[in-house]
Amino acid sequence: MSVAGINVLVEETRAAEKARTAPLLSVRGVETYYGNIIALKGVDLDVHEGEIATLIGANGAGKSTLMMTICGNPRARRGRIVFDGRDITNLSTHEIARLRIAQSPEGRRIFPRMTVYENLQMGASLDNFAHFNDDLERMLAIFPRLKERLHQRGGTMSGGEQQMLAIARALMARPRLLLLDEPSLGLAPLIVKQIFAVIRELNERDGMTVFLVEQNAYHALKLAHRGYVMVTGTITMTGTGKELLANPQVQAAYLEGGRH
Amino acid sequence: MEVFVQQLINGLTLGSIYGLIAIGYTMVFGIIGMVNFAHGDVFMLSAFIALIFFLILTTWLGISSVALALLVVMIVAMVLTSLWGWTVERLAYRPLRGSFRLAPLISAIGVSIFLSNFVQVAQGARNKPTPPMVPDVIPLFERNGYVVALSYKQIIIMVVTAVLLTAFWYVVQKTSLGRAQRACEQDRKMAALVGIDVDRTISLTFVMGAALAAVAGTMYLLYYGVVNFADGFVPGVKAFTAAVLGGIGSLPGAVIGGLIIGLIETMWSAYFSIEYKDVAAFSILAIVLTFMPSGILGRPEVEKV
Repeated sequence: MSVAGINVLVEETRAAEKARTAPLLSVRGVETYYGNIIALKGVDLDVHEGEIATLIGANGAGKSTLMMTICGNPRARRGRIVFDGRDITNLSTHEIARLRIAQSPEGRRIFPRMTVYENLQMGASLDNFAHFNDDLERMLAIFPRLKERLHQRGGTMSGGEQQMLAIARALMARPRLLLLDEPSLGLAPLIVKQIFAVIRELNERDGMTVFLVEQNAYHALKLAHRGYVMVTGTITMTGTGKELLANPQVQAAYLEGGRH
Repeated sequence: MEVFVQQLINGLTLGSIYGLIAIGYTMVFGIIGMVNFAHGDVFMLSAFIALIFFLILTTWLGISSVALALLVVMIVAMVLTSLWGWTVERLAYRPLRGSFRLAPLISAIGVSIFLSNFVQVAQGARNKPTPPMVPDVIPLFERNGYVVALSYKQIIIMVVTAVLLTAFWYVVQKTSLGRAQRACEQDRKMAALVGIDVDRTISLTFVMGAALAAVAGTMYLLYYGVVNFADGFVPGVKAFTAAVLGGIGSLPGAVIGGLIIGLIETMWSAYFSIEYKDVAAFSILAIVLTFMPSGILGRPEVEKV
């Protein structure tokens, strides 16, 4: 796609954003159970078009459960999830994905016995391979490491490379909503920085809507327009990224007392 | 020497048939971790379908070209057997997905019993013969009065098997359907997250396995000229042995396993005793499982990052 083309796309996205006041993704009163154990106790949360929203919280708070509930696996037992004006609470996972909600899930979950190239093809199937060559080139430009590994099996790569692949695979879908579950987990600080820079660029340049789950609260809140804090299955605080960064409770609980 | 060459030819022919059936076992196991015990009976059913349509074509419709009749019969058998494979998956296996692990296995045994009994009742318990098909042979060489021969049937069976396996390999490796199947095999949850309809992919896997079993059934009928309601069991179990021997879950493994089982069986029959050929084949299974639990090309179980 040419630069002009991208600009037009950005303009269109911005226009659409102004025209619509309703959030792109709206989660209302969602309860999710694993068997009889309640994991989400009525979560309310919005992600607006063109913004980066982040959800922070401790281990086991239910962040990844919320990510997967949005994608319909497990299903919400109560509450409603609306995407772009459409109730998706009871759709099956692949139908939700086909609305162009792409997730880079917890634990990366790349296909281990497929090559990097094939993994990217898997991502592009949501886009019907309409822009495969362009997008492939773009991904390899963003993550040059994947270019070197293109015909290597995904499972043989390092954790950082797998993370890049998981993000690239999600981006190949040209998602309307990109769900990133702990993209920084277990990665070297330099790679974390790289990955956050990529997310920021995708959002600023292409207007991509991102919902980011992170334990690395400082980086996530610095990046995000809007932040949510989750404690044992409920949202306890919300605000802009800056507000939450400055909040003493958030600092005490998630930012090592503000020493960042 | 001449006996060996002849048995090599016979073994490879038989092994091709086992290989075709074994793929159905190995693919289904790969994608949903279930041994489809009814697969052998699907193979038997397809041989009956082939027989019935062969008779309709040659006797009633008076088609004299055996080649044409065989081709039509094979395609009809593939279509009908696929339909059966799809139906069984929908009715007997899918509702049990997410249930305890043994549930679909037991269901498969039930389908197997149902199918062989249904055919017994509908078609009778006796052997059903076909009129002779493709009787010609090519004598290769003669030594000490023993003629080593390659029959047209054997050529057809090996060529059809080779062509179909190649086509099949292409589908699995190069098409988006094949990629979807491999994705479901490697990580079903993630496959759904990239928009793959997992249930549909599993259905198609059953359909493909059944289609190959139908080819095997048609070839079996061509080779032996006779079929019986109980014929699903022993070839089915042998093909399963082949899949395990080759490494269950591995497609080339299934074919290699099939050829090895076919060769062991024919060689054993020639040099030792024909009554014990099944003992020989199944002993191999026991030995392989003891010393090489994941088979020739199988992966060790540990993988899961």
